[in-house]
Amino acid sequence: MLPAVTPRPFIAARWCCEPNNYPMNNDSMSELWRFRELLYFFAWRDIKVRYRQAALGAAWALIQPLFSMIMFTLLFGRLAHMPSDGIPYPIFCYCALVPWTYFSGVLGLASVSLTANSSLVEKVYFPRVLLPAGTALAGLIDFAIGSLLLVVLMFYYHVRPTWALLFSPLVILMMVMLTTGVSMLMAAVNVRYRDVKYVLPFLIQIWMFATPIIYPVAMIPVHLRGILSLNPCWGMVNGFRACLFPGQPVDLTLLGMSAVMTIALFIGGAYYFHRCERSFADVI
Amino acid sequence: MKVGDQNMNSVITVEALSKQYKIGHAKRETSLREHLMGLMSLSFLRNKQQDETIWALRDVSFSIGHGETVGVIGRNGAGKSTLLKILSRITYPTSGAMRVQGRVASLLEVGTGFHPELTGRENIYLNGSILGMPKKEVSRKLDAIIEFSGVEKFLDTPIKRYSTGMRLRLGFAVAAHLDPDILIVDEVLAVGDAAFQKKCLNAMENLRAGRRTVLFVSHNLAAVENLCRRCIWIDNGVVRMDGDSRPVIEAYMQSSTSNQAAAADFDNFPNRRGNGKVRYRAVEFLSLEGRSQKVVRAGDPVVVRFHYAASEPIPSPSFGFRLYTDLGTLVTETSTWHHSLPVPLPQSGKGYLDLEIASMNLMPAKYSLSLWITDMDGSMVYDNVENAVMLEVETANIYHSGRDLDSRCGLVFFPQKWNLSGTLEHTVPYRDTLAV
Repeated sequence: MLPAVTPRPFIAARWCCEPNNYPMNNDSMSELWRFRELLYFFAWRDIKVRYRQAALGAAWALIQPLFSMIMFTLLFGRLAHMPSDGIPYPIFCYCALVPWTYFSGVLGLASVSLTANSSLVEKVYFPRVLLPAGTALAGLIDFAIGSLLLVVLMFYYHVRPTWALLFSPLVILMMVMLTTGVSMLMAAVNVRYRDVKYVLPFLIQIWMFATPIIYPVAMIPVHLRGILSLNPCWGMVNGFRACLFPGQPVDLTLLGMSAVMTIALFIGGAYYFHRCERSFADVI
Repeated sequence: MKVGDQNMNSVITVEALSKQYKIGHAKRETSLREHLMGLMSLSFLRNKQQDETIWALRDVSFSIGHGETVGVIGRNGAGKSTLLKILSRITYPTSGAMRVQGRVASLLEVGTGFHPELTGRENIYLNGSILGMPKKEVSRKLDAIIEFSGVEKFLDTPIKRYSTGMRLRLGFAVAAHLDPDILIVDEVLAVGDAAFQKKCLNAMENLRAGRRTVLFVSHNLAAVENLCRRCIWIDNGVVRMDGDSRPVIEAYMQSSTSNQAAAADFDNFPNRRGNGKVRYRAVEFLSLEGRSQKVVRAGDPVVVRFHYAASEPIPSPSFGFRLYTDLGTLVTETSTWHHSLPVPLPQSGKGYLDLEIASMNLMPAKYSLSLWITDMDGSMVYDNVENAVMLEVETANIYHSGRDLDSRCGLVFFPQKWNLSGTLEHTVPYRDTLAV
């Protein structure tokens, strides 16, 4: 038996339908807040499902960056004698690989998050952004596991962090913003153009080599650094290194440029997503 | 006029709502190439696709008051689902305005978002959350949901091991505990067995009793009539009729049945499917003497003659039909396939099949026939005419008792005879039998 109607504040869902009216106002924000639980549920589902049937479970979050690190260390550290700003090459490389694995991993999953959940998009209303955002949130678990190994490596290589470590939450925030921004963009484009599926692996590979992960910034000629720091991943990776390793040369202008690009990508991604959101159910 | 200010009691107000779909763009996979080609105006390389548009809805206006239960009926593709999708905010109208007040739960599918790898319990939380139930509320109602679903034993089993029926029950159990102000339901009841459908209907009946607003789309016209006092009939994207259920449903039934009982002609019949290699031309109801009848008397023998025309030789077609009551309940289906009867059509041309029915054992009412011709394994549809003919069964002195029967006695009657040889007059008294 159902109880009598409890007085509940009416939530007015109301909109006018002019073709070019895409308000991003308090309403859409308060709605996101109302649906926040669903964000956790999507993230929780992603995590549960990902590790439920994998024999090694959460160990995969370690194995991926660890093996990349071992491979790069052998290839670039040992064979090519890549300089690494005076930091042992394995930890120099691993420190960048942890955020990079987060970025590329989430991007790969989030860009297909809408199409993979097309039945949901076609059958239920919820702010669509929760799907890529949930993937980004779920990725943080893997990121945390990967970071644990980073701590172990820091002990092993006797890297003693300084007060700069206090900036790491800020850098992590930028990392999440950047990843979510690009993910929203890619997910929205993927609904209309499935080409994203083919472009993305390729794009991620190029992006990785354009980012100082396996090589130090010092290798880049000074006049090129300005252009390269437009790559927001530049700031992400260098930000992590600056937080963890003492005595790193930090160019705040370049970091700032990357930060501005990150924010621009986040806002641009959110805006583009919001504009396309209404047609998802029709196009998907 | 501003939306929603004319009627304080209405919880759903829809004004001049229209939705246009571009057919050319509605393909599932669009590729960037086509758009780039378009940009470079290499039109000769483009796939030939015009941006045809169709109006799924046009100028739809209505308002629904608090506590009303409204049925939405119409043919497939009439725009019912589009309307529900707009009301539940899944898709957006091309023009028009609407206002919805209150917590809306829309059930366009049972068990939306179930994940096969998660357990039953986990899926209850996930599904509840997707449908807009806060986690606290799910926890509070968990026991009730589990009990309703009847899958207690398998609660910690991943639902990929569930049967379809179990999944359905679990899905509806969550939905039944949503406790929304406005419930929007689309054709959910079309799936599941009779017991499950009954459970669903009861749950909706409870909602109605709880003064919730319910919007219900279904092909089961009997269910619509039982549940809804008001009915909106949508036809080709426009509201054709809006009012008390009974007259609206009757008008809808009338429109979808070509009204000549004796011999219907299907040459220009709307909503016809199939490749047309062999098609029905007409259906006649004949008496034993071969006279074409408009009305068949209950209990009489009748010959149903199906006229067809084949445009090429067909090796093994199967001719069949379904008989529905005027409220859409399936009474019977039969076909030459059910009789394993080959009907080879070695050459093109016209002909007919006769179905001889020894006694029309239907209670007096109006019935409608949907006809089909497929190949023997049912993979190819040659012809399909929904609600092709109306069959009117007239009351008759069936039991030779002088008492007329009508549709209040049900749908069918058996060829029957009472045998009184075991009544008191002829047998030993009850007490004696016990003593033996």
